[in-house]
Amino acid sequence: MATGVVRQYGQFTPKVMRRRRTVNVIMIGVFSVCAIVILIPLVHILMYSLIKGASSLNVHFFTKPPQPPGQPGGGVATALVGSGIILVMASLIGIPTGILAGVYMAEYGNRNAFATTVRFVADILLGVPSIVIGVFIWTLLVRPFHSFSAIAGGVALAVMMIPTISRTTEEVVRLVPGTLREASLALGIPYWKTVMRITVPAARSGIGTAVVLAFARVGGETAPLLFTALGNNFFQKDIRRPIDALPLRLFNYAIGPYDEWHRIAWASAFILVFFILILMVLIRRIARGRFKNVV
Amino acid sequence: MPRIVLEEGLRELHADVLTLGSMVEKAIQRSVEALRARDASIARRVIEEDAAINALRFQIEDRALLLIATQQPLVHDLRTVAAVLSIITDLERMGDHAEGTATISLMIGDEPLLKPLLDIPRMAETVTDMLRRVLLAFADNDVVAARRVAAEDDAVDALYNQVYRELLTFMIGDPRTIHQATLLLWAAHNLERIGDRVTNICERVIFTETGRMQEIRPSGALKMPEELR
Amino acid sequence: MVEPTAALEPVHLRPKVAERPAQGEAAASQANVAMSVEGLSAFYGKFKAIEDVSLSFDRQNVTAIIGPSGCGKSTLLRCLNRLHEIIPNARAVGKVMMDGQNIYAPGMNAVLLRRKVGMVFQKPNPFPSMSIYDNAASGLKLAGRVPKDHLDEVVERSLRQAALWNEVKDKLKQSAFNLSGGQQQRLCIARAIAVQPEIVLMDEPASALDPISTLKIEDLMVELRKDYTIIIVTHNLQQAARVSDRTAFLLGGEDRIGHLIEYAPTKEMFTNPKDDRTEQYITGRFG
Repeated sequence: MATGVVRQYGQFTPKVMRRRRTVNVIMIGVFSVCAIVILIPLVHILMYSLIKGASSLNVHFFTKPPQPPGQPGGGVATALVGSGIILVMASLIGIPTGILAGVYMAEYGNRNAFATTVRFVADILLGVPSIVIGVFIWTLLVRPFHSFSAIAGGVALAVMMIPTISRTTEEVVRLVPGTLREASLALGIPYWKTVMRITVPAARSGIGTAVVLAFARVGGETAPLLFTALGNNFFQKDIRRPIDALPLRLFNYAIGPYDEWHRIAWASAFILVFFILILMVLIRRIARGRFKNVV
Repeated sequence: MPRIVLEEGLRELHADVLTLGSMVEKAIQRSVEALRARDASIARRVIEEDAAINALRFQIEDRALLLIATQQPLVHDLRTVAAVLSIITDLERMGDHAEGTATISLMIGDEPLLKPLLDIPRMAETVTDMLRRVLLAFADNDVVAARRVAAEDDAVDALYNQVYRELLTFMIGDPRTIHQATLLLWAAHNLERIGDRVTNICERVIFTETGRMQEIRPSGALKMPEELR
Repeated sequence: MVEPTAALEPVHLRPKVAERPAQGEAAASQANVAMSVEGLSAFYGKFKAIEDVSLSFDRQNVTAIIGPSGCGKSTLLRCLNRLHEIIPNARAVGKVMMDGQNIYAPGMNAVLLRRKVGMVFQKPNPFPSMSIYDNAASGLKLAGRVPKDHLDEVVERSLRQAALWNEVKDKLKQSAFNLSGGQQQRLCIARAIAVQPEIVLMDEPASALDPISTLKIEDLMVELRKDYTIIIVTHNLQQAARVSDRTAFLLGGEDRIGHLIEYAPTKEMFTNPKDDRTEQYITGRFG
């Protein structure tokens, strides 16, 4: 009978309703606690590095090279410049290579063995500990030339950027609707031009996000630089020589014995966190482009 | 440019209906003219030209059906097409009535008329005037004009009553006139029927515009003359 | 009183039943044929989608291809600009003649063919990274260098032809995605005709649009017919009836292989089809 069915499923007695409300409140509580738990370390890191590091943040911090141990008033100018040089080199090598490899895998390497291999290797590379990459570049670019160098640092970071960029690029380019490709081909536009002018631009916010993510990821890397850039207390313009970098400076000062060093290390930590923060905001900006993007 | 093909099709239908109407009007006028002037050649032409009326009617019907099949007219457009289908049937029948009158004219042959025809030409004048105006009302979607035309059918009926009485008087007076009087009565009856069909068209125009089907009843039916009761 | 006959002359004196020469006559002259398909079969891997289709498309006509889902009508359409073959393992066998050449002959360039045979797709697909102007200009811009003022001219002309100019002329630099679905589709039509193709293929161009936009697109097709040969695939029978001059009916058999069942002037197809299957399909009795 119809009423039987209704009774079976629609019995909203006060008891049932009370239980539902209780479960509801409990579950909302559980979710909220989880959300707070992830916020705690984040806020803690931000606050702690701000409190500890902000006191050392002054003009000297940004403009002065490191002082000899024990002397006050040193800065990390050499490390900032060094990081800048290394990151520019890493970007120059890593970004175009990563994007083009990703586009190749998405657009041309659908079924061929080569692309499948590249994809597989990129996936493995994504999971390789960064220190292993440092050692690898050391054997390749440091030992043969008998010198640590900015080049080696840049290459090491580029190697870390490439898999992230290429795999993400591949995914977002694949997400571009086939109809766009077809629309372009149907206009009598050659395939390569379709890829470069239609497909890739359609995925540009996704690619942009990938690039910034990769950049942010290697920007704070220390391990590969230990074996490649090494660090330097002086300004270094020759990219064939060892060069300083902010994470290296942080590492060295943090494990050093002087309070002055510790303060500068904290300030460096704050700068690194702030750098990541800026990049994340940038990513959000990219995602909302001038034109609506497909991916 | 809303629905250009449909609009064009409807325009063509309207134009075709007006063309058919003018052919029918001419046929009515000529058939009565043939009767009045005892002119066999005009009568024969009316009979011959009825074929053209029939042909055009089928052509319009074809086009209306094609329009329905391909353009899916709806609401007012659909009523217009439906009205066209009904109107062309009425027009075609009017043409047949005119052809009938022309045949009567031939049947009377060389016999002199009982009297000079007055009321029958007047009927013809009235119904052709009504026909012309109702078709223009159809083309202009003019309900008011259509109602006005429908009201005039009473005058046609009145004229027909008058003719009927007059001819009865002839027949009672002299049985030898029965043959011709019957034929003339038939001709008058054709015109009276044409008037009724004009009224039908008036109903269609009103329906097309308002969406309401409304029968227009003649106010006075054929009455037996008092003196014969 | 008015002279009786004068008033009843036809109000609109139109040329009597102006049949266009290409309509109706089976023996359309060769010069009037924009493209002819001869014994075309198309495959997806081992699956045969259409078999032995032969028909020809008249110039400055709208030809509709109708048929139930999966009958291969879109496949047939995509064979006409060789877009079929960009799907992996897809191929076509047979001849498609255009300007005296078989587009499937060895050495024929698909890219050049597609400049002569434009296409409009089911869903509006303006290029997302481009403005309205750039979308309309994209065919010319990406195919080669074109002077800016010439480009302006082409953009305006094609947007006008697509009945979109008045709606977008003040926001040409805005993203195409700010337009409504119907406007986007008209932009895609403008984009296709900007390169002045001879033939425009339309694959269910209005199926993703609301009824008003659909009717606008249909009116547009009737207008475009004056300059282009239009071939449209549609599963909307009424649409085929409304816009096309000729209609081709494709039907997949038990084996799902599509065959051309009937090809006739639209008015015959929709009032008096020759084949029983056509009549059943058109009257909604199957499919």
